Amino acid sequence: MLRYLLEKEFKQFLRNSFLPKMVIALPFVALAVFPLIANMDVKNISLAVVDNDLSQISRQMQEKIVSSGNFHISGYFDNTEAAMKSIEQGSSDILLEIPQKFQQSLLRENLGNVMISANTVNVMKGGLGSAYLTNIIADFNGDLITKQLPETANAKPAIEVRPLFRFNPNLNYRAFMIPALVAMMLILICGFLPTLNIVSEKEKGTIEQMNVTTVNKHTLIISKLIPYWVAGFVVTTLGMLSAFLFYGMLPRGSILLIYLFAMVFILCISGFGLIVSNHANNIQQAIFIMFFFVVTMIYLSGLFTPFRNMPEWMQLIGNASPLKYFIQSLRMIYLKGATFMDMQRLFYSLCALTLFFNSWAILSYRKKS
Amino acid sequence: MKNAVIQVENLTKRFGDFTAVDNISFEVEKGEIFGFLGANGAGKTTAMRMLCGLSNPTSGGGTVAGFDISQQSEEVKKHIGYMSQKFALYEDLKVWENMRLYAGIYGVPRKKISEIIDKMLVSLDFESEKNTLVKELPLGWKQKLAFSVSIIHRPEIVFLDEPTGGVDPASRRQFWELIYKAASDGITVFVTTHYMDEAEYCNRVSIMVDGRIDALDTPTNLKRQFEAVSMDEVFTKLARGAKRGDN
Repeated sequence: MLRYLLEKEFKQFLRNSFLPKMVIALPFVALAVFPLIANMDVKNISLAVVDNDLSQISRQMQEKIVSSGNFHISGYFDNTEAAMKSIEQGSSDILLEIPQKFQQSLLRENLGNVMISANTVNVMKGGLGSAYLTNIIADFNGDLITKQLPETANAKPAIEVRPLFRFNPNLNYRAFMIPALVAMMLILICGFLPTLNIVSEKEKGTIEQMNVTTVNKHTLIISKLIPYWVAGFVVTTLGMLSAFLFYGMLPRGSILLIYLFAMVFILCISGFGLIVSNHANNIQQAIFIMFFFVVTMIYLSGLFTPFRNMPEWMQLIGNASPLKYFIQSLRMIYLKGATFMDMQRLFYSLCALTLFFNSWAILSYRKKS
Repeated sequence: MKNAVIQVENLTKRFGDFTAVDNISFEVEKGEIFGFLGANGAGKTTAMRMLCGLSNPTSGGGTVAGFDISQQSEEVKKHIGYMSQKFALYEDLKVWENMRLYAGIYGVPRKKISEIIDKMLVSLDFESEKNTLVKELPLGWKQKLAFSVSIIHRPEIVFLDEPTGGVDPASRRQFWELIYKAASDGITVFVTTHYMDEAEYCNRVSIMVDGRIDALDTPTNLKRQFEAVSMDEVFTKLARGAKRGDN
């Protein structure tokens, strides 16, 4: 019986003028474009400079800041008010003010003060920007000590912190986002399409003819799952391929392991879509319900923000988001090269959710009203 | 000699405080063409859906092909065919693909399926449309196709819900030829309609008014009973008392 139902589902899917193209195009487009947009690396910080000293050291410091690549100088201002105004107008993000006699006091008294004011309306840019700037100035300070005052350098041992960034040494936000984007594409295609499937048969009335046959519920649900499973494999493959083509990203861990997790995740999210489809009376309802749950799942999954930043009770709810396990595992495989043993708990949690959702999908399918 | 394939006793369906089907009882004998008549909203479709195991009765019950409609609805489904009022085949599949799908679901052996499809296409005079997408067929043809698919597994009983709605008299006539052919093959036909000329083609008819069965007999006896010249007149006399209507 399954064979005939599958024939039907595949024919309908492939004959659709839109769906097969979407399955092919979406991963490419999404991975080509989204990482450029969803980029939290702080670059191009506009720096307003008030240099009241105009000394050799103050100029060297500015050169050092600009050469870091994260900053460009948006303008030189005569006084603090003018510079502040430029921040208010939005043409500068951070103000750097160097006081008069900076060089003099630095050389004579070993003490120099600079002021940094950051616009933190954009928390990311303001916070990270001023942290970068502080680091660069501290670094410059170190250079000064060793170059110009070698004797004091020996006299004043300082603790130097040299962080070592594991797994993503350049702190590249893309490397963090791309695995998550692959997961998003799977939700879009393998979650939303099944949501529309059963409910659109309800709207067309074709489900009636099916319900009056002897078809059993689990066969019917399986026949609805398998086509999206196959589509999901295509999406996963194209996703990994474009991550490599566009960003040169290859998983550090095993590709087979990615497929294993994807295989379970796709079933899980398709099963969830079918539950929604079973409960909804029309397509409009189905889309709204699914949209609500998908947005909730995304926020609870730790896709954008660290999972452990949520309050504890929220984390408990977040455990029901299949996306959480999949994104974690993808990031671990891509960036850390994790093995199956490292991710056993993730895998079994995902399997448990999959079993739960799909049993629900079968039980909630009604042949009778 | 009584050989009832459908037995219904006190069948009732309520939606909230609306009683769609109100305590109806009747029997249909094997091989009959049983007309199930009634105005729009009289409860025909609701009653039929309960008989097909698509909906649970609120109270009362019955058997179809010897199986209880509430307890053994999946058994019932093995022995019946059903054609809904709204065209319910897959429009994005071809004619033969729809046939193959339902033959397969009903468990027709794989080797016999293509044979059955070919036979069916010949008897419908449909060979040229084998590879046509169903959505491209005119309504009259769609209905004939839906009927053929509903009896593709040789059921004991076929339920037809207003099978000829919206088509011209010539198509309706052709459709009734198919019904007669199925009946002559031994399939019991349970058909709802509100075309009164079609009622004349039935062996027996029941007339539903406001959820109840107000009359049940052969067309000839009904005309005599209501002193009418046609079924049309019988129906009008009965339906005059109806409180429900389209609105």
